[in-house]
Amino acid sequence: MAEAIATTEHVYVPLWRVRLSLFWKSLRTNWAMFSENPIGLIGLGVILFFALFALAHPILMNTIWEPRVYDPISGYDMEIPFHPSPPSARHLLGTDPLGRDILSQLMYSTRYEFALGILSAVVTVVIATTIGAVSAYYGGIIDTILMRLADLVIMVPFLPILIVLSALTEVGMIELALVIGLLSGFGGTTIIIKSQALTIKVKPFIEAARVAGGSDFHIIFRHMIPNLLPISLLYMMFVVTGAIFSEAVLSYFGLTTIQMSWGIMINTTQLFGYLLRFDTWYLLIPASLAITLLCAAFYLVGRALDEVVNPRLRKR
Amino acid sequence: MWRFLGRRFVQMLITLLLFQAVTYFLIDAQPGDIADLLTLDPNIPPAERERLRAQLGLDRPPVERFITYIGNFYRGNLGVSFQEYPRPVIDIIKERLPRTVVLFLTASILSFWTGFVTGKILAWRRGGWIEYTSTITGVTLYTVFTPWFALMMIWLFAVALNWLPAGKFLDPLKWLDAPISANAVFARMIWSSFFALVIVFVGFWFSNRVPRRQRLVLRAASLLVPLVGMLLYWRLSGLGFYAWDIARHLILPVATVTLIAYGGTMLLTRTSMLETLREDYVLTARAKGLPDKVVRDKHVARNALLPVWTGLVFSLGNSVSGGIITETIFSWPGIGLTLLNSALVADIPVAMGTLTVVGVMTLISHLIADIGYAFLDPRIRYH
Repeated sequence: MAEAIATTEHVYVPLWRVRLSLFWKSLRTNWAMFSENPIGLIGLGVILFFALFALAHPILMNTIWEPRVYDPISGYDMEIPFHPSPPSARHLLGTDPLGRDILSQLMYSTRYEFALGILSAVVTVVIATTIGAVSAYYGGIIDTILMRLADLVIMVPFLPILIVLSALTEVGMIELALVIGLLSGFGGTTIIIKSQALTIKVKPFIEAARVAGGSDFHIIFRHMIPNLLPISLLYMMFVVTGAIFSEAVLSYFGLTTIQMSWGIMINTTQLFGYLLRFDTWYLLIPASLAITLLCAAFYLVGRALDEVVNPRLRKR
Repeated sequence: MWRFLGRRFVQMLITLLLFQAVTYFLIDAQPGDIADLLTLDPNIPPAERERLRAQLGLDRPPVERFITYIGNFYRGNLGVSFQEYPRPVIDIIKERLPRTVVLFLTASILSFWTGFVTGKILAWRRGGWIEYTSTITGVTLYTVFTPWFALMMIWLFAVALNWLPAGKFLDPLKWLDAPISANAVFARMIWSSFFALVIVFVGFWFSNRVPRRQRLVLRAASLLVPLVGMLLYWRLSGLGFYAWDIARHLILPVATVTLIAYGGTMLLTRTSMLETLREDYVLTARAKGLPDKVVRDKHVARNALLPVWTGLVFSLGNSVSGGIITETIFSWPGIGLTLLNSALVADIPVAMGTLTVVGVMTLISHLIADIGYAFLDPRIRYH
């Protein structure tokens, strides 16, 4: 293919610039559709808030928070005689039974929740998109094997398997993200993406690419997968929700080796027996609310994206 | 239809075998085994340790052990629990499974019914504050961190208001001089409510086929007869006190699971209704001048039911996954709690057994979903 495209003014514009401007244009139209929906904007706002929340932690630790007191894992405030202590000017959300600042823990955990969610979503999307495209493109025996595998993985009960795995081995953040990504990547997401890939496979441009002599590899990775990415992005959002939720549940049961996360914060509360007391609400509610809000935010963005990328729901 | 069922059954068996193989080797691949746990005492000589391993069959290769396990499994022998030593696994499952099924069947049916009815009405009345509050409630219930929600329910109804017990299956103090065991009482509860529900269902089914004047009488009768019957049965058998104790412990978990499932069902019904409303036949039905209620209930809702039905059946299949959370927090001794506890202490026979039960339940629910489609959508036929 030519490295440059001639415009009407006979000025040569590099290909990447044409692609960039096309990308920019589609981004703008999609954003216009997305921003019509207040639900998606609320979700995006909450995600942005948590992103800033996570970014603020290292800044605060290096400026006004003394690490000895405010460290989320090993900090201890000796000036307060009894822990857990209720919210005060020194500790805006109080301290936990081990004398650690809850706000600091909450902010410190946020970045790991993001990392976990995004890592498992990326793993899911890479696997599901590749398998979906390959299985739709080749059909036949490959399709049958991959789809029966997907049926089997769907049948595997998600949480019980995670519980059994993490009870018997040491599961940290990365292992957890990989397992969640693998399970949802080989399971339900694949089937949805494959059904989408089937509609792309019969489009004229695939035929054209094949006539032009494109190899199978070229057609799958340059023509099919880019067209599957919007729907993959949509399912990424739902995977993030699932991953954060699963991590929180497992940590709450005390099955992970993660040092600090929102689930661990609730687990600590339970271990010290402050779970069902309303006078120590600051131990339970901030972490639970953060899990709920972040899960809901990704879910809402997913629902709003659904209306943009799903042709069935699109209003145009 | 029968051929379809037969082929489907064979497919299910193969899937189940694969599932068992995957879970068996997954668990088997973990470092350490029960012999290490049983011989933690350093005074036990290595020879004795090896003898124990040989006795438990742990010295043989994994594939051989797996084949033995599968062979025993299909002959109804699921092994014995390590934790409660001589007790067979099948015994534990027989005791715990009804508790999980009752909890989740009740909650699923309740949430399905209420969610479908409210979702139907909400799709019809779009806009305004009703839509916003209902969407927010639905999304909140759908995405709320389940353990937290359950804890808040316990805190509100068991601690602050002190209306209901906070968890567990029964109150041991009340059962000190009980004439029969709790499991027997629970079995009687299941059977009596099953018969009562059958009477209600048949009554309502017939009431749609009689003239309008008799309909109300018939419906009232089909509600009152089982109610009075139940009251009389528990009164006369003298077990009412004990049954009420179990029922009281059941209310809070059922309410929690119902509320969580309700959000999803309501949102799904609403979306599905909104999509169906755009169909041409809805416009035709309205143009014919049919009353709104008929268009909504007979033309739209019937067709919007399909995805909701899928949701209900899959949630039943996944109830054990979700059940782990609810059952742990309410200390409800069902399959989910059993699985968690057995996994925590590496009680592998029980973990394998409960996981298989989970797999079988999922398979059966997928089959029920497919059969249900054929009833709900006349275009779907199986050959």
